[in-house]
Amino acid sequence: MATQLSEIHEYLRWRKRFPTVWCAGCGIGTIMNNMLHAIHDLQIPKDDIALISGIGCSSRMPIYVDFNTLHTTHGRALPFAIGVKLARPEMTVIVVSGDGDGLAIGGNHFIHACRRNIDITMILINNSIYGMTGGQVAPTTPLGARAHTAPYGNIDPPFDAVELALAAGATFVARSTTYHIIQNINYIKKALQHKGFSVVEIISQCPTLYGRLNGIPDPRDMLLWEKENAVPLAKAKKMSPEELKGKIITGIFREDTQKPEYTEQVYELIRKLSKSNGGK
Amino acid sequence: MPLNRFTKDGHPIKFVQGNEAVVWGAIHAGCRFFAGYPITPSTEIAEGMARELPKVGGVFIQMEDEIGSIAAIIGASAAGAKAMTATSGPGFSLMQENIGYAYMTQLPIVIVDVQRGGPSTGLPTKLSQGDTMQARWGTHGDYTAVALAASSVQEAYEATIRAFNLACKLSTPVIVLLDELIGHMREKLVLKKPEEIHEEPRSFPTVPPEWYLPYDIPSDFIAHPSPFGEGYRYSITGLTHDRAGFPTSISAEITERLEALREKIVVHKQEIWDWKEYYTGDARILIVAYGSAARAARGAVEHLRRKRFKAGFLELKSIWPFPDGPLLSAAKHAKYVFVAENCMGQLIHPVKEALAGTHIRVVSVTRYDGHPLEPAQIVHAIKEEI
Ligand code: SF4
Repeated sequence: MATQLSEIHEYLRWRKRFPTVWCAGCGIGTIMNNMLHAIHDLQIPKDDIALISGIGCSSRMPIYVDFNTLHTTHGRALPFAIGVKLARPEMTVIVVSGDGDGLAIGGNHFIHACRRNIDITMILINNSIYGMTGGQVAPTTPLGARAHTAPYGNIDPPFDAVELALAAGATFVARSTTYHIIQNINYIKKALQHKGFSVVEIISQCPTLYGRLNGIPDPRDMLLWEKENAVPLAKAKKMSPEELKGKIITGIFREDTQKPEYTEQVYELIRKLSKSNGGK
Repeated sequence: MPLNRFTKDGHPIKFVQGNEAVVWGAIHAGCRFFAGYPITPSTEIAEGMARELPKVGGVFIQMEDEIGSIAAIIGASAAGAKAMTATSGPGFSLMQENIGYAYMTQLPIVIVDVQRGGPSTGLPTKLSQGDTMQARWGTHGDYTAVALAASSVQEAYEATIRAFNLACKLSTPVIVLLDELIGHMREKLVLKKPEEIHEEPRSFPTVPPEWYLPYDIPSDFIAHPSPFGEGYRYSITGLTHDRAGFPTSISAEITERLEALREKIVVHKQEIWDWKEYYTGDARILIVAYGSAARAARGAVEHLRRKRFKAGFLELKSIWPFPDGPLLSAAKHAKYVFVAENCMGQLIHPVKEALAGTHIRVVSVTRYDGHPLEPAQIVHAIKEEI
């Protein structure tokens, strides 16, 4: 454990930036820890990593980690990341985004990044609510759940981020929860190694807002809820839609290595054209 | 008939639209990343970049919207590329938030706005200069803009090169204000030879990483955040930040940051200013204009001089920061200043502000029906007034 802790410390701006802005019991710190373990296991040099985010509680993560970090505008992490990746294709580009940032204001960029299959790993932290602005309804808030802008219960049908990513053409798609930390590390590792657009959705707990507004204020109860409701994909396939109601299907939904990766195609074209142009 | 493709001293000649001149200007200035979204009347810039950039090793990407376009070029700039996007009014509006981001984070980018009639969808295929103020005040918060202008195809080429050099030198977004007329008309373009083009490089840190302060405030106020991947891991954020790049809410650090961002433009304003003067030496009547309106103003001043009016013309080739110094000197003998614009009157405001301490009468000459001002309208307005 002691070695594990120091392993992670090497990746943190802990001298300068800690404590974080996150509430006690929030799931985002767990996911940051899982991501750092994945990076450490793969031995990716810190200089080669660009961590890019938009705005929100989850999007504060780049401030705390010792990579090339870009904390951008609300919803726009993906197009910023596309610029970084295309200008420096050798970099490992990771986007960390919340459900509001990634699927509401950034929803258009999300589907187009999936479509392009550009080699970026997106860690989508889904806590079903807007945390930073104080608990408003998100495009992932379940029907009937309460938020400060849905005081009588949410009537907006939520998105299923995994279904959306699959339909839009992402080539690595997985879902896990903050309870399943070993699984998170494995999925993030696989996503980082995958050549193409990878989405790892991690269901997370926001005890301060979602929890308090919906009768589960204790983060331990929220984690237990995740544990009890998570259904592995193989098992889910044998269950009926009624049985799956309110469940979190976890697992790897797609791992497609056939679809061409975008950056490679861009540079292939450049190689071809600059050759015929006399390498000018 | 084949065109003579070179000048006598060997400069390539082209007969192209202003939008294509922007493409050549960008390529010659070292632009190697373009992200854009189709919008009339700027689309030919995206098309030209898609055709030419890969040939010189650059990346072109058509994004899903204008917000994505400007985000992508800022990302590319953070990774060290010289990057540009091009758009028109509605797209320019969508880009405003991220223009502020590039300003705040001091990442050089170039944005070309080929203005069209507005507000809203307005007149997609007709000219306007109605974004003059949007270029200055479009993004939220206290912001100091840099914007250049051009009134010919040749100038569109040169302004684009200058925009890249200023963006890299000042580490800030630079806007090139064209309009539909300049973007779409065809004129002769004489290209520079590579050895004649000064290419301001992206700057890289000179100190070891452990001493590096990406957002330090040196005597010229310009921070040069290192391109990603060079071994200087640091934080870039649009939040108000300290010298290390981390968010701050300390009063002294907030005011210091905002002032440094403004000062870096203010202390370099003379380097940014660009203008041309016609008959200003003894001018009692001074016309001020830029872009398409400048073409009409040139005609008007020639006419007035032939009729023995002491008329002069100050053509602005940079708009923001407003060239008040050149205006004051050109208006030294003026009783009247006429501000000619293809919009309801925007440039007139900084002109009035600059001349506030004088007794000069400032008059607006405008046309906003999507057609260019004509010399006769300016001449007529002047004769009415004096
Ligand atoms: S508000 Fe919610 S999501 Fe934000 S830090 Fe607190 S617990 Fe986490």
